[in-house]
Amino acid sequence: MSGRAEASTKSGFKLFPHPVLTVVLVIVWLLLVNSIHPRMIVLGLGFGIAIPLFTRRFWPDHPRICRVGVLVRFVPVFIWDVVIANLQVAWLIVNFRRELRPTWVVVPLDITDPYAITTLANVISLTPGTVSSELGPGRRTLLVHSMDVDDPQALVDRIKRRYEAPLKEIFEC
Amino acid sequence: MIGELVVSLFILVGATFALIGSIGLVRLPDFYTRLHGPTKATTLGVGALLLASVIYFSALREGLSLHEALITLFLFMTAPVSAHLLVRAGLHHRVESRSRAPAEDHGHPDPEAPI
Repeated sequence: MSGRAEASTKSGFKLFPHPVLTVVLVIVWLLLVNSIHPRMIVLGLGFGIAIPLFTRRFWPDHPRICRVGVLVRFVPVFIWDVVIANLQVAWLIVNFRRELRPTWVVVPLDITDPYAITTLANVISLTPGTVSSELGPGRRTLLVHSMDVDDPQALVDRIKRRYEAPLKEIFEC
Repeated sequence: MIGELVVSLFILVGATFALIGSIGLVRLPDFYTRLHGPTKATTLGVGALLLASVIYFSALREGLSLHEALITLFLFMTAPVSAHLLVRAGLHHRVESRSRAPAEDHGHPDPEAPI
C-alpha cells in the first residue's frame, strides 16, 4: 500500500504514465485494423501514448498485479468455467420439467482492493448460474443472484475458494 | 472441404446457443433469472460464431484474421457490467423476485420487501 501512495503523490510529467495501458492500446489497435503494417504500428503507438496522457486524471491508481503465476493459472480455470456455465444455463433453460430454485446469496468479501472486487464481480457474472448484483455498504459483502441453488452456503464457499482466493493473491500483497 | 465443415459446425453451435439464450428470456420465471440467459448462454454462442469467422477468414480467405478476438474481449467486459446495472435498477425499483432471499441481512436492499 505504501508503494502505491508514493506513486500517486509523485507529480510531474511522464510520457508513459501507464505503460501497460500503452501496450494494451497498441495491441487493441492492431487487432482493430487487422494488420501489422509498420504504418499501423506507428499510428497505434501514437494512440497508445496520447490516450493515457489525456485520460490520466481518470486513473488515480495503478492496478497492481503481484503474482503473475497465479494469474496465468487462474485464466484457464476461468475460461473453462465460462464454457461450463454456458452449458449448464443452456441445459436449465431447455429442461422444461425442472423446477428452478433461484436464490439470493450474500458473499462476505475478504478482498479490499477495488480492482480485485471489480474482477471478482465480473468473474461471478460470467460463471455458472450467478450474476453479481450489488456491492454492500463499506465494500464488505457482495449480493449475488443465482439461478438454481441447492445449498447457498456451498455456493458461497465455492465462490470464495475458486475465485476470491486466487484474486486475493493476484491483486493484494 | 474439411475447413468448411468445421466452420459450419461452429456456426450451428453458435446459433443453437443464441437461440437457447433467447428461449431463456421468454421461459424463465422472473426478471432476475431472465438476466442469466443473455449474460451466459449467448457468450458461448457469440464465441462459437466468432471462432467460425476466424477459421473462415484465416484458413479459407485472405489470411490471418484476429480482430474477432477484440469482440470477445469487449463482450467479456460489457456483459457483466450491463447485467450488474440491470439488476441494480431492478432492485432499486423493487421488481418482483421469485427467488429465495438471503439468509441474513447485510444491508442490501431486500428484493422481497413491499414498497
